Amino acid sequence: MKLNTFGAATVALLMAGGAWAQDQSIIVQSTTSTANSGLYDYLLPIFQDKAGIQVNVVAVGTGQAIKNAENCDGDVLLVHAKPSEEKFVEAGFGTSRTDLMYNDFVIVGPGEDPAGVGGMEDVQGAMSKIAEEGALFASRGDDSGTHKKEMALWSDTGVDPTAASGDWYRETGSGMGATLNAGIGMGAYVMTDRATWISFDNKQDYAIQVEGDEDMFNQYGVIPVNPEKCPSVNVDAAQTFADWLVSDEGQEAIGSYKVADQQLFFPNAPKN
Amino acid sequence: MGEAFGLALDLVASGDGDLIEIVLLSLRVSLTATALACLIGLPIGALIAIGRFPGRNAVLIVMNALMGLPPVVVGLLVYLHLSRSGPLGFLGLLYTPTAMIIAQTILIAPIVAALSRQVLEDLHAEYAEQFRSLCLTKLQTVQALLWDARYSLLTVGLAGFGRAVAEVGAVIIVGGNIDHLTRVMTTAIALETSKGDLALALALGIILLVIALGVNAAVQSVRMTAARQAYV
Repeated sequence: MKLNTFGAATVALLMAGGAWAQDQSIIVQSTTSTANSGLYDYLLPIFQDKAGIQVNVVAVGTGQAIKNAENCDGDVLLVHAKPSEEKFVEAGFGTSRTDLMYNDFVIVGPGEDPAGVGGMEDVQGAMSKIAEEGALFASRGDDSGTHKKEMALWSDTGVDPTAASGDWYRETGSGMGATLNAGIGMGAYVMTDRATWISFDNKQDYAIQVEGDEDMFNQYGVIPVNPEKCPSVNVDAAQTFADWLVSDEGQEAIGSYKVADQQLFFPNAPKN
Repeated sequence: MGEAFGLALDLVASGDGDLIEIVLLSLRVSLTATALACLIGLPIGALIAIGRFPGRNAVLIVMNALMGLPPVVVGLLVYLHLSRSGPLGFLGLLYTPTAMIIAQTILIAPIVAALSRQVLEDLHAEYAEQFRSLCLTKLQTVQALLWDARYSLLTVGLAGFGRAVAEVGAVIIVGGNIDHLTRVMTTAIALETSKGDLALALALGIILLVIALGVNAAVQSVRMTAARQAYV
């Protein structure tokens, strides 16, 4: 009897505290740059008005987003690491992957530019120079899309920066914004996607030092999670959202999003 | 710093809708978790306070150590259970306020249990003979102790609430920091920090402190009113 009352009180409290009206909604497991740059705040109201589907965004690094989606904790995956995304689809977790939009990566650094890489276009050359000079470089170190890209570029240069981990190479193990804050705090170079950089508010004396190399291309893709692997997926709503993003209307909305008069994402979904 | 204070005042004065939503969710989640933690922790604390059983010392050590549970570990454990691929995934609770309440309850129940155990044990030592002379049952003893120590236990509850409302590690994993759904004060602060908007992050931090102050002041005034009436 006592135990029953106790149990009932516990459940009642949980229900009252957690009550939430659920109508048609989906969860998007997303990379942070699209959320931190304000893109979703701009896009989602347009989509929600049109489709009446509530889109809830969980913004984490690409690595964690993929992991969460593999655990069936999302309906749509929106990230930027094409090889990992293709693996995700091949393993049957996603129904199909579509190119969505792109922007590019840049390397930002302190105004005095201790490694003298300012204005360089050849990104591998600039990174080799940073390593040679032993100038501080702050890396995400979190298996995110940006981190994967950075590691691929390092492997092009033949330098293994992790050998100098803790010395000039600093792995923050955190998100893009946190890594920028840390890098700026210690005067280190940081590789970041341009969208996060443009909308970042704590730039201090930092500026873009390296940009324009075609190897810095940053492609985003969208993947609905496969209901065969994850029966809990809200498959129709997920497909509606993915379809809208790559439709003319969605693509136009992405292209029209601007921060400080600069376009952050460039739509490039295949025309059908 | 000055900019942050100005911003905090502006936010509060303008009655920013998003801010109110976030504040209310923070309070709802952390107060519910505190109530649950008291419901679980107080009886456990009381039973251990008056009980004498083999292995009691080991239980005390474990309970005291659990006060230092890292929020991010609690978050991870709750995530693994509530994830769709986890044992409780069928409930569909991940990324809801309920998941956040569960995580915070697990985080602070040991604090409530361990601190109340100490308070009640000290009180019990004072009253033990009297209780014996009255031939009270265990249940009556626990009830009498809990009632007599109620003001000290309020402070225990506040310690739990303080920990719950200030943590970010657990709620950001199980809540996902989803706008208009699971965003609370601490996850909003983490988000603004990562956007590099340090002034706004700090302003939110100031508001969180003021809220904590308000809750503590409210509890204190209840306590003083009750104490005054008791002595009339």
